[in-house]
Amino acid sequence: MTQLLTRPDTTVRPATVTAKRVRPHRIPTHLTLLLVCGVWTVPVLGLLVSSFRPAYDISTTGWWRAGEGTLTTGNYRDVLATGGFGTALANSLLITVPAVAAMVAVGSVAAFALARMSFAGRRAVTVAMVALLALPLQMTLVPVLRLYNAAGLTGTFAGIWLVHLGFGLPFAVYLLRTFFAALPDELFEAAALDGASTLTAFLRVAVPVSGPAIASVAIFQFIWVWNDLLIALIFLGGDPGVAPLTVAVSNLVSATTGQGWQLLTAAAFVAMAVPMVIFFALQRYFVRGLLAGSGK
Amino acid sequence: MVPTTRLLAALAFTVGVPLLVLGWLWLVGRLEAVLPERLHRRLVPWLWLAPALVPVGVFLAWPLANTVWLSLRDAGSGAWAGLDNYHYLATSGEVHTALRNNLLWLVLLTGGCLAVGLLVAVLTDRVRYEAVAKAAVVLPTAIPFVAGAVIWRFMYQYRPPGLPQTGTLNAVLTAAGAAPVAWLVDTRTNNAALIAVGVWMSAGFATVILSAALKAVPAELHEAARIDGAGPWQAFRHVTLPELRPTIAVTATLLAVSAFKAFDIVYVMTNGNYRTDVIANLMYRQLFVDQDYGRASAIAVLLTLLAAPILVLNARATRGSTR
Repeated sequence: MTQLLTRPDTTVRPATVTAKRVRPHRIPTHLTLLLVCGVWTVPVLGLLVSSFRPAYDISTTGWWRAGEGTLTTGNYRDVLATGGFGTALANSLLITVPAVAAMVAVGSVAAFALARMSFAGRRAVTVAMVALLALPLQMTLVPVLRLYNAAGLTGTFAGIWLVHLGFGLPFAVYLLRTFFAALPDELFEAAALDGASTLTAFLRVAVPVSGPAIASVAIFQFIWVWNDLLIALIFLGGDPGVAPLTVAVSNLVSATTGQGWQLLTAAAFVAMAVPMVIFFALQRYFVRGLLAGSGK
Repeated sequence: MVPTTRLLAALAFTVGVPLLVLGWLWLVGRLEAVLPERLHRRLVPWLWLAPALVPVGVFLAWPLANTVWLSLRDAGSGAWAGLDNYHYLATSGEVHTALRNNLLWLVLLTGGCLAVGLLVAVLTDRVRYEAVAKAAVVLPTAIPFVAGAVIWRFMYQYRPPGLPQTGTLNAVLTAAGAAPVAWLVDTRTNNAALIAVGVWMSAGFATVILSAALKAVPAELHEAARIDGAGPWQAFRHVTLPELRPTIAVTATLLAVSAFKAFDIVYVMTNGNYRTDVIANLMYRQLFVDQDYGRASAIAVLLTLLAAPILVLNARATRGSTR
């Protein structure tokens, strides 16, 4: 454990050394941040190391003693080949991409109407959308499930795309409405003078300048749908053939008591890989999505 | 392997929905040209809203009303049950445990995330490695709760005293000479242990928002405070904190909503055993294990009533800002 506590220290030192002067009163700040960053990264690091260790090592010694044993990529091979996780990975993608595409398309149209058209009832619709943002999803599950059972939509991807569309729209509409409303009026006046229709104004004026806002909605919804467990459990049922990664991982957790731990490590990392890549590549837009989610 | 039909359906939906929406808007545009000005000014906005209002109506608005009705019906929704399901809410021990735990989640998750978020936002504002430090805290907000639960099962791993500990936390404890703790089983620690995972996963959300708000505090305010002889703590207490108060309030309401909805972590880590049940997990069990739609609906109504003040606050805050 001592090596664990001292290692991140080296990453901090350059910052203090290169500072113009050594400021001792800053030391508590650095130490606190170090501690917080340690608590936030060590668990991920531990799982990452464990995912490369053989089953026997994982069950007998801690991950910090990985250096004494062997390292293997066997867990990943087993999970992707025999654990059905290849299918689950594909399912996660096939659930998420269509749902997000529909959400962005439908949401931006509605947001444009709420932001740039004046009509009776506009305020009521806007307020309703915002109120629905905070609605616990559980409130809607039973009726939708009964509807789906009657319509034969449970266990189908079409069903889950539509559910995600309905549940995700308030956020998409809310964020994009704020953005469209903040666009300068002159943009649209110029388009109107040129005789552009509403549709042209939307496609040629509003959408092209809203790239960053649309991107942050898409990324935020992507991560949200990708990470969802509850909706997938309820509307896709127990069939492993249609299960996304989150359901596959949670099945693996309940199925394994002791044995199969080594698979769980690799499985969790497979489930994390896509959102992590998106986070690091598109951090800026992700953060913007969070900020919008705060109601700012 | 994934069947080809599923692949094609996904492709069709991805391309088809945006195309359908465009086709619809084109139709609306034609209508706009034909209809008299006064009529289309009223009608067109609603036609633009329709593609969103239909799914929101089907998946959010109608179920909202329907759930209330179902909560007054019996398990199979076939007959009236009067207030039986609410009687169950009032008298059942499992409901009370879940409620108590959700209250714990509400207080500790909200408080914990705000505390960590504020701490990281304020401290990183003064150091050069701000981006790296913030990324470390924000990253878990992007990964699935399920993966977070797996990560922390390994952290909380317990083996009886004497055996080498494989869980990080118990290894630290035993190295310090203390006895290992069965974090997820011991009823004194397990709820806090689960909520800690929630804080670990959601504190980044508070960090991002509070950090953005912090940067928006005018520098002159801090300068004025310094000239007046305020130390860093006093400046934080009397300048920064009051400026941040509205943002903190908004962040707290959103965290509170997520505390009510807590599900994944509990479902994966303990499945509600050892007195760690929460309302969402209880509802899931009523739906799929007991197949009791009436009770499940009553639980949902209770959950929504608890979250209602936040819903109203949210709506009220927007009404002020709508043009």
